[in-house]
Amino acid sequence: MGRNNSDLVIFIGKRLLQLVPVVLGVVVITFFFTHVAVQNPCAIWAGPHATQDQINACRVKFGLDRPLTNQFWAYLSSLASGDWGANPATEIPVLSTISVAFPATLELVLASLAIMTVLGIPLGVVAANGAGRWADHLVRIFYLSGWATPTYLGAVILAIGVGPALGLPTKGDFSSNPPFTRWTHMSLVDALLGLDFPAAGDAILHLILPASALAFLNLGIATRMTRTSMLEVLPLDFVKTARMKGLSDFIVIYKHALRNALITTITILGITSGVLLSGTVVIENIFQWPGMGEYAFGAITGYNFKGTIGVVIVFAIVVVVSNLIADILYGLLDPRVEWR
Amino acid sequence: MAERGLRAQRTSPESVATPASRTSATALREFLSGFLRVLRANPLTFVGFVLVLIISFVALLVVLVPVVTQLFLGHAVLLTPYDPNALTTDYGQPPSGSHFFGTDNLGGDVFSRILTALPLDLAIGFGITGFALLVGGGLGLVAGYWDKPGTLGGVVSVFILRVTDVFLAFPSLVLALAIAASLGRGTGPSMLAVLLTWWPYYVRLTRGEVLAVKNQPYIMAARAAGLSEVRILVRHVLRNLLEPLLVYYTLDIGTVLVTFSTISFVGIGVPQSIPEWGGMVESYGRFLLTLPWTVLSAGGAIFVTVLAFSLFGDGLRDILDPRSRRALVLASVPSTMMAKAATAAEA
Repeated sequence: MGRNNSDLVIFIGKRLLQLVPVVLGVVVITFFFTHVAVQNPCAIWAGPHATQDQINACRVKFGLDRPLTNQFWAYLSSLASGDWGANPATEIPVLSTISVAFPATLELVLASLAIMTVLGIPLGVVAANGAGRWADHLVRIFYLSGWATPTYLGAVILAIGVGPALGLPTKGDFSSNPPFTRWTHMSLVDALLGLDFPAAGDAILHLILPASALAFLNLGIATRMTRTSMLEVLPLDFVKTARMKGLSDFIVIYKHALRNALITTITILGITSGVLLSGTVVIENIFQWPGMGEYAFGAITGYNFKGTIGVVIVFAIVVVVSNLIADILYGLLDPRVEWR
Repeated sequence: MAERGLRAQRTSPESVATPASRTSATALREFLSGFLRVLRANPLTFVGFVLVLIISFVALLVVLVPVVTQLFLGHAVLLTPYDPNALTTDYGQPPSGSHFFGTDNLGGDVFSRILTALPLDLAIGFGITGFALLVGGGLGLVAGYWDKPGTLGGVVSVFILRVTDVFLAFPSLVLALAIAASLGRGTGPSMLAVLLTWWPYYVRLTRGEVLAVKNQPYIMAARAAGLSEVRILVRHVLRNLLEPLLVYYTLDIGTVLVTFSTISFVGIGVPQSIPEWGGMVESYGRFLLTLPWTVLSAGGAIFVTVLAFSLFGDGLRDILDPRSRRALVLASVPSTMMAKAATAAEA
């Protein structure tokens, strides 16, 4: 039992190994749900005016005339060889769409995590510091209203009401098609890499509303967790000692107490990644953000099964990996934690 | 021998029955007085409690009034002032005395539509969360209690946890959307979709609580006293799970409601002909600037309901957890009295 670097490597390796059964399970469930429930997707893929012959040809082309288990094994083996299939309607490969859409979503999620951290943690500290007084009540009302506002309601209000009122863009990630190469497909990073600073400003303006809409719900969680754990830490002896040493209030609260309180907050932030990803489906749809959420929605409603499964695989990996990152950060912040 | 002696003692009426009933009565009284004290000490919890009562009562009335009037008067009287699905020429009216929340773009009375949707949305919140609690809680209990490696229980426990991990890795809304889209549009499929994604959280929660409880000395004492495993499970383990699960259940009702309404919002849930808050926000969304009362009333209905349940659930935690109950009650007592009590206790 210990904590040195080899323990950390074993810990990460074990957790990444757990990905295999999780991804397999996710694929099995999504595959059978889509294929069993929708008996004849060819009627939709081939278009409304397709003849019976065209539909039959489509069934043969996509292998839908074969038994379900055959289809499943065929899909699984192509998946294992790196071929994620294509959208049957447009024939665009799933993997190439995802590799463009995923960075855009990652950028959105990271921006909203940044908002959550920058706003949520200080708010939690303020609330804990004035526990039971008006600052605390204000913060509590604020985070409870974030909690009680459905993502779509906040997004609609931001997109239709607040955005036009403030003159902020509400659609897409750039006002005009950017002239520089999209290396990473993250709008801000690409603009900075292309040394196009007006475009970078444009990218930031486009990020503000969707990222705030996504952050609003979870801001409450971050604030609440920080408040609770600060309340647990503040009465402890080491905080009293720091005060008695004559350190300023700011140092005591933000350096000594907050470091210990943050441990819980970070864990929660890692766990909320799943909630954030769910949120992107609605947010990207409303703000027309070119990411995974918009792609997921199109794939789900367009009976693009392989696209749906592809999205679900990526989301499952992100959820597992971000939980892992939260655990690693947890260990880095708290030296008592053992890598197991 | 010892077992039989114990049984005999437990069944003898004068030794056990009276104190047992007395303790449960005292426990109830203690709970109620603690409940009242916390409500008094925490006004926000009180607001949540009152709101939950009002919302549930109105929902019951909306369902019961047409049924009862049908039985006794021969024709159904709606509680809502207007027919929720009526299309009139009176469209786009701002809130007034005759239309509390105004009328929508098709001339429907927004207040009547919101009231009609209340029982559906509330029943979904209570029902789906309750089902997830039963299924997830049951599986979590099994996985937590019989988890000894190498036994049949251990194998079952590992299996349950692996399946739970798979479902936990799904962002619930994505899976729910995929299921709802595959099964076709409707109230049933979207309920099933939320249901299928909701139970895993309860497996994790219950298992964690069981693991924390089952190695406590009082469980060992119960086992040493010769109680059967089932009795220990029901009377000692399950009893201690009730409180955290009840708090989680209350807090979750709002979240389930939001998830369900999101499926209607994106257009693959409840059909447009049935009033539902999420669907209403979707269809009224584009009128935010022209007919703001429509979307704001529908959104406000969800907001108030979710807020009520989370305020109440938050307070319930304080009431049910003896440690925070004591802290709250102490906080509501002037500090000089506490100091006096402390010196008295020391003396």
